[in-house]
Amino acid sequence: MRYFLKRLGFLIFSIWAAMTLNFILPRMMPGNPALILFGRFQGKLPPQALKSMELEFGFSHAPMIIQYFQYLGNMVTGNWGISYTYFPLHVTSLIAQYLPWTIGAVGIATVFSAVIGTFLGIWIAWRRNGIMDRVLPIVTMFMQSIPYNWSSFVLLYIFGFSLSWLPMYHSYSANTTIGFNGPFISSVISHGILPVVTIFISGVSGWIIGMRSNMINTLGEDYVTFAEAKGVSPRRLIFSYAARNAMLPQITSIAIVLGSVVGGSILMEQVFSYQGIGFLLNNATSSEDYPLVQGIFLIIAIVTLVLNFVIDMLYSRLDPRVRTGGAN
Amino acid sequence: MSAQSPTLPSVNPGAPSMKKRKRRKGNWSKFFHHPRAIAGLIILAFFVLLAILAPVLAPYNPQANIFIPLQPPSWQHLLGTTNTGQDIFSQFVWGAQTTLMVSLIGGGLSLIIGLLMGMYAGYRGGWIDGLLNSVSNIFLVLPSLALLIVIESYVKGTSPLIIGMIIGLTGWAFGARVFRSQTMSLANRDFVVAAKLSGMSDLRIMFGEILPNMSSIVATSLMYGCLGAMLAETGLAFLGYEGMSTSSWGVILYMADGGGAMLSGAWWWFVPPGLAVALVGTSFSLMNFAMDQITNPRLANSKRRRKSRVANSGT
Repeated sequence: MRYFLKRLGFLIFSIWAAMTLNFILPRMMPGNPALILFGRFQGKLPPQALKSMELEFGFSHAPMIIQYFQYLGNMVTGNWGISYTYFPLHVTSLIAQYLPWTIGAVGIATVFSAVIGTFLGIWIAWRRNGIMDRVLPIVTMFMQSIPYNWSSFVLLYIFGFSLSWLPMYHSYSANTTIGFNGPFISSVISHGILPVVTIFISGVSGWIIGMRSNMINTLGEDYVTFAEAKGVSPRRLIFSYAARNAMLPQITSIAIVLGSVVGGSILMEQVFSYQGIGFLLNNATSSEDYPLVQGIFLIIAIVTLVLNFVIDMLYSRLDPRVRTGGAN
Repeated sequence: MSAQSPTLPSVNPGAPSMKKRKRRKGNWSKFFHHPRAIAGLIILAFFVLLAILAPVLAPYNPQANIFIPLQPPSWQHLLGTTNTGQDIFSQFVWGAQTTLMVSLIGGGLSLIIGLLMGMYAGYRGGWIDGLLNSVSNIFLVLPSLALLIVIESYVKGTSPLIIGMIIGLTGWAFGARVFRSQTMSLANRDFVVAAKLSGMSDLRIMFGEILPNMSSIVATSLMYGCLGAMLAETGLAFLGYEGMSTSSWGVILYMADGGGAMLSGAWWWFVPPGLAVALVGTSFSLMNFAMDQITNPRLANSKRRRKSRVANSGT
C-alpha cells in the first residue's frame, strides 16, 4: 500500500511537472510565440472581435501566477483550448481522433517485439556461443541504430514503391467508409503493416539483448545448476526454471523502451503520413498551432507516465521484493 | 542490483588502491584487444576521418545546384545528384562533420549533466537525492523526441550547435540514474570512508576517488549518449528543424523526403545517410558490448557465480 501511494504520488508529481513545463516553455522564449501569432490578426479585425478571440483561445493579461493556476485548472478540467488551424475543433477532440492510430500501431508492434524478442533471447542465451549467438547480437546492434525515418523510407521504397505490394501513405484508403466493415478493416491492416514493421525493427533488438543477458544471469544461479544436475529436461529447465525468472526484468524494459518507441513513431508517422498523434504534432508545429502542440505533448506525457505507473504496479505484484525495498 | 564491479581504480597517486591499478590496465588493454571493440573503433575512425577531412574529400560545394538533377551514382558523382542538381557525396561528407559534431556535443553535455546530477545525488543522499532523483526520473520517462520537438517549435531556426545543446540538456537522465546508483554503492566502500576520515573535501572525494572508479561506466554512458544524440539529431533534422543551409545526414534525409526521392526512385539519395547513421551507431554498440563483457564477468564466463569483490578495495 505504501509503495502504491509512493508511485501514485510520483505519477501525479510528474504529470504536474509536464504541465508546468508546457506552461513555462513558451513563456521562456523571447517574445511569447502565441502572442506573436495573435499579432497577425491585429489590425485585420475590429478590437471587439480580437477581444472575443482572446477569450475564445484563453489568453489573458493577468499576472503570471494567476495565469498559471488558470492554466492548471483548465488542464485538469479537460479544457485544453481550441486549435488555431482546425479552428472550431477543440484540442481534445482532435487528439481523440488521432491518438488511437498511434496506440494501435505502437501497441501491436510492441507486443510482437516483446514476444519474438524474448523467445530469440532465450534461444541464443541457451545456445551460448552458437552461431546465432555470435551473429544475432551484431545484427540487433545494427537494427537498434537505424533511425526510424530511414527504415520507414527503405521499407516504403521496397514494398510500396518498387514492388507495390502495400499501399504507401495514410492509415486507410479514402474510398472506404469508416466503420466495422470488411473493406475498411482490410485497408487498415494493409496500411498498418509497414508502420508496425518499422517500429518492430528498431524495437525488437532491445528485447533480444535484454532477455539474453537476463537468461545468462539466471542460468548461472545455483538452483538452475542444481536442477540441471538432478536431470531436469532441458525444455523444462529453460522455460519453467530459468526463463520464468529471467522474464521478470523484461517487464520494466517496456517502460524504458516506451519513450524511444513513441519518439520513433513520430518519425514513422511523418514518413507514412500515418494519421497518428505524431503526424498531428508535426502538422501542429509547422503551422504554429501552439494549443495543439501543448495538448499533444501533454497527452503523450500522460500516456507514457500512466503506462509506467501500471508497469510499476504490475512488477511489484510479480516481484514483491520491489515493494518491500528488498531488491536494493 | 548487480552493481558492476568497480574494478577500475583511482588515478590519484596517493589513493590506497595499488591492487586495483593493475586491474585497470588489464581492463583497458583487454578493451583494445577485444575483436568487437576493434571493429567498432575501426568503423568509428573511418567516419571521424571522413568528417575531419571533409574540406579535402568533398569534390564540390554541397549547396551548389549546378549539375544535372537526379543522376544515379557515377564517377563524377559518387552518390549521384539531388533533384536540384546538388552533389550528394559532397553533402554526405560534410554531413558526417555536422552529425558527428552534434552527436558529440549532445552526448558530452548529457554526460556532464548526468554525472554531476547522479554523483551529487548519490553522494549526498537524503532529500537532495530524493529531489534530484525525482527530476531525473521524470526526464527519463518523458518521451525525449516529443519534448525536443516542442522545444524546437518555440526556438525557431536553430543551428546544429544549438540542437546538440538542446539534446544534451534533455537527454542526461539515463546517465544520472546509472551514476547515482554506482556512486551510492561506492560511497560506503572503505577507501571512500578512509578519504572522508582523512578530511578530504567532498568535491575531491567525488572527482578524485569515486569518479575514477566508474570510468568504464562513464565511457559506456558517453557512447550511449552520443548514439542517442545522433539519432535525435537525425530525427529533428528530418522533421525540418535544422534549416536547409547545413548539410547533416538528417538534413539529406529531409531533402530527400521533400524532394520526392521516393517517387523518382532515387535510392542513392536516401540510402547513404541512414546507413551511415546506423553504422556509426553500431560502432558505439560494439564498443559498449565489449566493455560490458570485460567489466561484467558474468557475461564473459557463462555459468559462473558472482564473487564478492569488496575484499579487494583494501585500505
